[in-house]
Amino acid sequence: MTESLPLNLPIDLTVNGERISATVPARQHLIDFLRETLSLTGSHIGCEHGVCGACSIRVNGAVVRGCLTLAVQCDGASVDTIEGLSDSGAIADLQSAFHERNALQCGFCTPGMLATGYDIVRRLPDADEARIRRELSGNICRCTGYHAIVDAIETVAAKRGAGA
Amino acid sequence: MKPTPFGYVKAASLPQALDLLARHGEEAQILAGGQSLIPTLNMRLSAPRLLIDISGLADLSGIAVAGDILRIGALTRHAEVEKSELVARHAPLIAAAMPHVAHPAIRNRGTFGGSLALADPAAELPACCLALAATMIVQAPSGSRRIAARDFFKGLFETALEAGEVLTAIEIPIAVPGQVFAFEELARRHGDYAIVGIAATARKAADGTLSDIRLAYLNLESRPVLAGKAAAALAGTTGDAAAVTAAQDALAGEASPHADLNATPETRLHLARVLLGRAVARLIA
Repeated sequence: MTESLPLNLPIDLTVNGERISATVPARQHLIDFLRETLSLTGSHIGCEHGVCGACSIRVNGAVVRGCLTLAVQCDGASVDTIEGLSDSGAIADLQSAFHERNALQCGFCTPGMLATGYDIVRRLPDADEARIRRELSGNICRCTGYHAIVDAIETVAAKRGAGA
Repeated sequence: MKPTPFGYVKAASLPQALDLLARHGEEAQILAGGQSLIPTLNMRLSAPRLLIDISGLADLSGIAVAGDILRIGALTRHAEVEKSELVARHAPLIAAAMPHVAHPAIRNRGTFGGSLALADPAAELPACCLALAATMIVQAPSGSRRIAARDFFKGLFETALEAGEVLTAIEIPIAVPGQVFAFEELARRHGDYAIVGIAATARKAADGTLSDIRLAYLNLESRPVLAGKAAAALAGTTGDAAAVTAAQDALAGEASPHADLNATPETRLHLARVLLGRAVARLIA
């Protein structure tokens, strides 16, 4: 087979509200495009095969694994990284609840925990502890033992539910 | 942990995807949700030269009921199936299994058809489709064909799909009055691949008698299997303790459990017996 295949492709997408045009290798993961090309290093790379959740980001409003999504698949998409969520104030209450509850230690999992936590408090304001644990099952933390993270998310979910 | 270089084409139509697949043969892979394919690329367990991205083919996505058939487009994402009222009403077994399919972030991208075409022995949806006697709709350049679930899953990651074919939709007979369902699985962490699981359905008469029992196991063997003898032991009973014991013994006589890092065949059979008891308890509840 000598037919040439396109190994690099142009994409246009929105990242944290900003229009971006780039040419990306087809094999490049979205998380690597964000970190290496756009220098948005807030979202982390852990296992690189979809198990740990450190690279959780939002694509078109849904949480996805940045290591199981190719940048080229995001042509036309709207991507929110932890930098965008943080700067916009969208997760300010979650961040302060994580701080108050000591819901992080080394911080490696925290960007992914916040992205997933934000999804939980938006989608499931009535979630109880068991549901939060189930929803959070795809994000691994090796420091905290999860209790503080679950508490922080539950507190914010309840506050947001009551204040809505 | 980075894939080898590959080319990429976003298919604009199913004929274009089929044409690319025909021209590139084994060097090409279909990319749908990518939630199983991309990990294998990352770990370089496979190294295709071309990915044919079919995720933009809107005709292959969506959930609809026509007559007594629930049709799920192969590209329908797990998250959409999970929140579908049509699925909850007409295929409660699939609705019950959905929260066990990986994690929410993976369900946001993974597709219903992708899970079936991959045929991971530990996946939930192949066993559900086997229990529900679903039909796979498959397209090739020469035309389409229909494959019953019992003929579709051939072995470890092996299906009846032939080179050049693409799974386009799944047809599931809708639930009828008196039909009951149960889904159970055991996993070390919620959302992880199950060590073993069961997808069960039966008809329950007004007096509690069970009939039309189908017990499909996931990850008991290298492909989803129906436990026909265990089902026969339950048929005509009310699922009482003696019937459950008889079914568990029948299961031990017919199953050929496989071994992996999580469990030996003996452990797997034990867990399968436990799950059978739990599933029957749900069916008769």
